[in-house]
Amino acid sequence: MTSPITPPITRAELLTQLARCVPAEAILSQPEDMRPFETDGLTAYRQIPYVVVLPSTEAQVQAILALCNSLGVPVVARGSGTGLSGGALPHAEGVLLSLSKFMRILDIDRLARTARVQPGVRNLAISEAAAPLGLYYAPDPSSQIACSIGGNVAENSGGVHCLKYGLTVHNILKVRAVTMAGELVELGSDALDAAGYDLMALITGSEGLLAVITEVTVKLLPKPQKAQAILAAFDDVEKAGDAVARIIAAGIIPAGLEMMDGPATRAAEAFVHADYPLDAEALLICESDGTPEEVTDEIARMKSILEDSGAIEIRYSYDEAQRLKFWAGRKAAFPAVGRLAPDYYCIDGTIPRRTLGMVLKRIYEMSHEFGLEVCNVFHAGDGNLHPLILFDASKPGEFERTEEYAGKILELCVEVGGTITGEHGVGVEKINQMCVQFSADALHMFHAVKAAFDPLGLLNPGKGVPDLHRCAEMGRMHVHHNQLPHPDLPRF
Amino acid sequence: MNTLLQSLMDQVRSAHDANTPLTIQGGGSKGFWVRAEAPQTLNIKPYAGVVDYEPTELVITVRAGTPLSEVENLLATNNQMLGFEPPHYASTATLGGAVASGLSGPRRANAGSVRDFVLGARIIDGQGRDLTFGGRVIKNVAGFDVSRLMAGALGTLGVLTEVSLKVIPRPQFEATLEWALPEATAIIRMNEWGGQPLPVSATSFYNGQLRVRLSGAEVSVRSAMRQLGGEVVNEAEAWWLSVREQSTPCFTSARPLWRLSVRSTATPLGLSGASLIEWGGALRWIASDHAPAQMQKAAHDMGGHALQFRNGHPARPQFAPLNPVLAQLNQRLKQSFDPKGILNPGLLAGF
Repeated sequence: MTSPITPPITRAELLTQLARCVPAEAILSQPEDMRPFETDGLTAYRQIPYVVVLPSTEAQVQAILALCNSLGVPVVARGSGTGLSGGALPHAEGVLLSLSKFMRILDIDRLARTARVQPGVRNLAISEAAAPLGLYYAPDPSSQIACSIGGNVAENSGGVHCLKYGLTVHNILKVRAVTMAGELVELGSDALDAAGYDLMALITGSEGLLAVITEVTVKLLPKPQKAQAILAAFDDVEKAGDAVARIIAAGIIPAGLEMMDGPATRAAEAFVHADYPLDAEALLICESDGTPEEVTDEIARMKSILEDSGAIEIRYSYDEAQRLKFWAGRKAAFPAVGRLAPDYYCIDGTIPRRTLGMVLKRIYEMSHEFGLEVCNVFHAGDGNLHPLILFDASKPGEFERTEEYAGKILELCVEVGGTITGEHGVGVEKINQMCVQFSADALHMFHAVKAAFDPLGLLNPGKGVPDLHRCAEMGRMHVHHNQLPHPDLPRF
Repeated sequence: MNTLLQSLMDQVRSAHDANTPLTIQGGGSKGFWVRAEAPQTLNIKPYAGVVDYEPTELVITVRAGTPLSEVENLLATNNQMLGFEPPHYASTATLGGAVASGLSGPRRANAGSVRDFVLGARIIDGQGRDLTFGGRVIKNVAGFDVSRLMAGALGTLGVLTEVSLKVIPRPQFEATLEWALPEATAIIRMNEWGGQPLPVSATSFYNGQLRVRLSGAEVSVRSAMRQLGGEVVNEAEAWWLSVREQSTPCFTSARPLWRLSVRSTATPLGLSGASLIEWGGALRWIASDHAPAQMQKAAHDMGGHALQFRNGHPARPQFAPLNPVLAQLNQRLKQSFDPKGILNPGLLAGF
């Protein structure tokens, strides 16, 4: 990637030129006005941008990008700012391009089961708008009440139901986007495929490095008629892992399949009183959805597998209130763990499920070696592990030790055939671990892909793909005094 | 490193150094549609075998030259399958060819496309480098999604050597229903049922008959059958196989066979020639003598694109033209992966 050229232009000149692209009120240049944009969900990293611009039309986005491209000014696009890897961290000499004015649902086609929406529309708002038609948008990241669909596409967001319903890439048809040169492109189509290379798949999860998304056509699914959950407790995490494997082997794809280890279970119980069994070393929540017949059938099959796998306690949800109670503790696991120590670090690795027992054993061993407590929550269906390391940043050297421990966990994920990020993205946070996962040749190719869209390397520079000489240290999400940047948002 | 893989890399590197274009050769099962005309051939077929398969992970990793039927048989012994139900077109079809061609079968509209199931890919790029993208786990957002980009790229961005795919359980039970209906009504039905919580796994409309396949737990399939009515089709498996493998008469005509990918709700296209509709209305096959431009316009007007699939020129396949901005992005990507343009030249978008 070409490193961005420091703009040969003063802020005043840039502001004058930007004022030809957008109305004056769409430009923020005072530090106090720009402060809300200095960080996203990863608050360990903060940066006041050179200038913030809030366009409201596609033509304005085109004009801003073309201008910045000609001036060599970096641009960072931002949706709702809920991302957990610093993907929307501003650039000190760059424009922070907020898409927050792109708030409209443009069209919902009942018969075709699609919605055409602007990128700033909230994930949950799509499902709410489609609900009267019996339809919904399936991907449900934990921040869905606030995160934007444009950000979801940029991060290829998942959710607790993605084993059955897929990630963002599986649930969108078409993306309109503007390249750094200011050119408008349509990737994908209203049909199920498009001519040429599959650029819609490529832009999904590209973390704002390839183009700025200005419109998304999503697929809508018929809302399942019924959902029911089972809560199963185990006295051993390996037995719980084995139960997950047996459910899959039986040909069942549950709508949700979540696991918490003993420490996470006890922390959640103390926080929300979900009536979780406190003697459990692992807790599984298995959810089934579909037609009433299908759900009854699937729940019965899962129950017998869980019993055979040695569950020490099994409960069903008999109604919606109880199903939500089962989930309450799981969904509150992050803040619950946050009450146990002044700080915690969240890790987002994926592992092949069969290695779960071994990986957890190593994580516990290392917990002793580093003298740091750890709790584990796990999207067991898709192998996405979130170890939460507890620490106290005020104690000298503890933060550094935490970083080292977390780095070892991510390396372990790669070692067993997994990945350094299952759903939070690379951003600035895991940029160094990219070197652990990919060869230098593969990283070179990522830079070449970036250059095909953005030859000058001005769009979200320094994120997603490391410069090869940077391949060194490690970094992760750091939560101080349990203060997530969006404390109102659930995180799981 | 595996000596066969090393040999493939050496061949690509030599071709790169000598500026010699290569025809990438798998099983040749789709050569009627696309086949590069470069005189030198890179034969992938010997690079075969299952690298890793643990049924409870729902992931299989396979070398590109592995016969597609071998992969499917192995999955079937574990009661699993490839969700995109790939067409073979000949018993020689390879897994690599199935991914590179980007073709999906009857289940596509409901289960997803080949691209949707790709989790990772190992490729040899146009300079002979061995590169690995994606992985062997279902959730992975590290790096650009280059492995999904390989699906449908026809080998023009890299030689696929290994692919990791998500697999799905085989449905417990299936049944197919049919109705005699006019085309316009059948298209509306397909779309309406798609919006209801029904276990639809395939649809077709051919010769005035709408057929709908239901797959899933027996209780839910039977309940859907009661809800939908219609006639139960016997030997339905043979029907869906003939759709997937294109052995119904519409596909075997000597006329050019066009594949029009359109928005699922598109009204009947009004083009003359035998036709078959799949994918809930989103895929329309037409054997027709209409001019290519007319087919392209018909598809474009309905939000999609057309390509000529049979009875054309495999070395110069007819795809929908790309607008200048898209064409430039495609071309630059091609240059990033294959700077000298030696991999399957001429196949995709003319480069």
